[in-house]
Amino acid sequence: MNNEIFLTSETAWCPGCGDHNILDALKQALIDLGKAPHEVLIVGGIGQAAKTPQYINTNGFCGLHGRSLPPAVAAKIVNKRLTVIVNTGEGDSYGEGGNHFIHNIRRNVDITHFVHDNQIYGLTKGQASPTTDIGHVTDVQPNGSNNIPMNPVALAITLGAGFVARAFSGDKEHLKKVMIEAINHKGYSLVDILQPCVSFNKVNTFQWYNKRVYKLGKGYDPSNKLKAIEKSMEWGDKIPLGILYKEEKSTFHDKVSFLKNGESLVESEVKIDKIKEFMKDFL
Amino acid sequence: MIYNILIGGAAGLGMETISSILEKVLKRKGFEIFTIQDYMSRVRGGHNFFQIRFGNEQINSHWDDIDGIIALDKETIDLHIGRLKEDGFIIADEQIKLEDKRFFGLTLKALAKSIGNSKVYGSIALGAFVKLFNLDLSGIKEVLAEKFKEEIANKNFNAFEEGYKLVAPKYQIEPKNNDKSILIGGNDAIALGAIAAGCKFYSAYPMTPSTSIMNYLASKMNEAEIVVEQAEDEIASINMAIGASYAGVRAMTGSSGGGFALMVEAVGLSGMLEVPLVIAEIQRPGPTTGLPTRTEQADLKFVIASSPGEIPKMVIALREPEDAFYQTIRAFNLADKYQIPVILLGDQFLADSIRTVKPFNFNKIKVERYLKDDEYINAKDYKRYELTKTGVSPRITPGKIPGLTVLVDSDEHDEYGHITESGEVRNKMNDKRLRKMEYLKEELLEPEFIGEENADTLILAWGSLYSPVKEAIKLLNGRSGNNNKYCSLVFGDVWPLPEKNLRKYAKKVKNIINIEQNATGQLAGLIREYTGIECNSSILKYDGRPISSQEIYSKLIGGEQ
Repeated sequence: MNNEIFLTSETAWCPGCGDHNILDALKQALIDLGKAPHEVLIVGGIGQAAKTPQYINTNGFCGLHGRSLPPAVAAKIVNKRLTVIVNTGEGDSYGEGGNHFIHNIRRNVDITHFVHDNQIYGLTKGQASPTTDIGHVTDVQPNGSNNIPMNPVALAITLGAGFVARAFSGDKEHLKKVMIEAINHKGYSLVDILQPCVSFNKVNTFQWYNKRVYKLGKGYDPSNKLKAIEKSMEWGDKIPLGILYKEEKSTFHDKVSFLKNGESLVESEVKIDKIKEFMKDFL
Repeated sequence: MIYNILIGGAAGLGMETISSILEKVLKRKGFEIFTIQDYMSRVRGGHNFFQIRFGNEQINSHWDDIDGIIALDKETIDLHIGRLKEDGFIIADEQIKLEDKRFFGLTLKALAKSIGNSKVYGSIALGAFVKLFNLDLSGIKEVLAEKFKEEIANKNFNAFEEGYKLVAPKYQIEPKNNDKSILIGGNDAIALGAIAAGCKFYSAYPMTPSTSIMNYLASKMNEAEIVVEQAEDEIASINMAIGASYAGVRAMTGSSGGGFALMVEAVGLSGMLEVPLVIAEIQRPGPTTGLPTRTEQADLKFVIASSPGEIPKMVIALREPEDAFYQTIRAFNLADKYQIPVILLGDQFLADSIRTVKPFNFNKIKVERYLKDDEYINAKDYKRYELTKTGVSPRITPGKIPGLTVLVDSDEHDEYGHITESGEVRNKMNDKRLRKMEYLKEELLEPEFIGEENADTLILAWGSLYSPVKEAIKLLNGRSGNNNKYCSLVFGDVWPLPEKNLRKYAKKVKNIINIEQNATGQLAGLIREYTGIECNSSILKYDGRPISSQEIYSKLIGGEQ
């Protein structure tokens, strides 16, 4: 099956941008999963990656910079039948939205978070991002970035995320497989997707990543948390790809009986006769 | 007949419990109640007090002169004795030495010890209070049983009985017998209104004095099937509420001024995405942390202007608990109808003053969602931002209709929600959004007119000043002799500004005075900006304490000289 059902307009991304492959892999993953466009909601914040909802025929929500997770989890909370996916950049996810990243891992709503991580700010033309390596020179960091780069996958594992993976836009087939597993995972799932920015990141190029990435082999056990933390710390000459950590835990919905057992809140009726009784609290 | 009682002590002495027991007991005996609480922003120590006004006629405000003080510590007497009437009373422990004919030094602590629980001495004092007013002990057991576990409830009732023996009756007052009324504060009324309106999602970050909305909603979470989520910050709160509303449920957030300041970008998001949203902004004195537990009305202009760019929005200032309940429901209906943010503007005074009001009429409630799922069930094409005469585009529930998807974007967008930089489309979309305000204006509620039709002076006020202004005007116009006559317009709907009544009465009177709990006269400024009508004097209070009807009355009389 081709991915025409998810086709919309032309993108405004640069030729060679990693976003193209991520979008292709996403469409193919949704097709493989048998999803229809109306069953899916894709949420972005602001940034080049955050334009993903514009370029795919599903329900789409392009909100504010850094604020992609709050509306995404809320939409899922009230309509558990929607497949909710966040596609947005690392500035949106880890910088401006860092607080939401931390606390939505704790919340564990069943959504999927695809972070297009190109280690640079593209939309604003080339400033350091939370994952930019030390020494990376930009217009705003002329002496090189001084800040310790964030390690989102290690952070997510230590915060208790139940699904943490890393993928690379240059390996579309592997990316698609990881995406499918992430979407199928019950609970919050994070995939940090390495991607080159052909216009503004002249350091972390396709070749730079391609030389370093390798896939976690069959012998790797993603249920071992300490090993996963160790693996997630690997960065530099060798960068592991694949599912770093996986653990089934009860989701936000599992812990609220009316969400777990009832219909989606968007379908639920207001029981005015029951609510009337609340006035007795004030007699 | 109305009496005004003050109960005071340090935080941590169970003041709130004692006060709420007394309120309930008096309410169930059939009295009207109006309580304000004055508490410090600390968990222990400091000085806190409650003023309970009760009587057998309508009470619209707190009052400054006091008929009786129930003092749990010496400081309460020192701080408030100056306001105690000549024939008033003070109930306190005998160990507090005071040479005053109004003083009843009772064996509160000693009796509490003999009952076996030092905490019951407040109930002993209340027992004495009940006797002073020649009321019986009926109904008290039931109130205590609702508050405490059996053993503690029994000890407290025992304490009431002991206190009852300590004094002789001093007052005689017949209840009004309005036992059908409910005893409620503004925030609980907002919360109940939200549930009644079918709100299914409330996300907020705790901030005094807005937190009690979240507390009440959370207490009904499972029964009402409403998700109440404590967010990681106010930015998350509002963005979550917008996400839930986009997905198709009624959603709400709330905070006080400082937290609302963090939400402002997303107020614009609600306007731009055309996703309905209700926000409760419960004001306290700002800026920044200000006076966390006190009251002010200084966020009016801030709230009206809250968003980058220009969006349609509505601001409703809540006047009293009954109004808070019905306006909350109306806010949800208007938010859905026009797909805009609607801000409910309350304050600490309204939030924490507990009053007897008519029971809310749930049969009057109309919930209209304006969702067009049924019309689109067989449609082949859907434009989220279809250009229409009213500016309101048909809204459907994402995920409900196979083949149709809902795309919203904070970038300027075309009718399908796709990003555009076309100047022509930009103009059309901006006009479409703002056009909704023109239709909304047709639905505005004019400020309620209070007082004499042919008055000399028009009082302009808004929100929670409704009650004290109403009572002050009644007193002023009730004076015998040929006095200055007063009328008032107290704004509930405040943005867009309703102008009809304002223009009508401004022409008829000699003086216009604005009364506001802020330092700059924000309502007067707003009125001047949009109508050219000027107030010729102002009563402004911004010390964090609610203005009483007595204070308004005195200041207006003072201004007549």
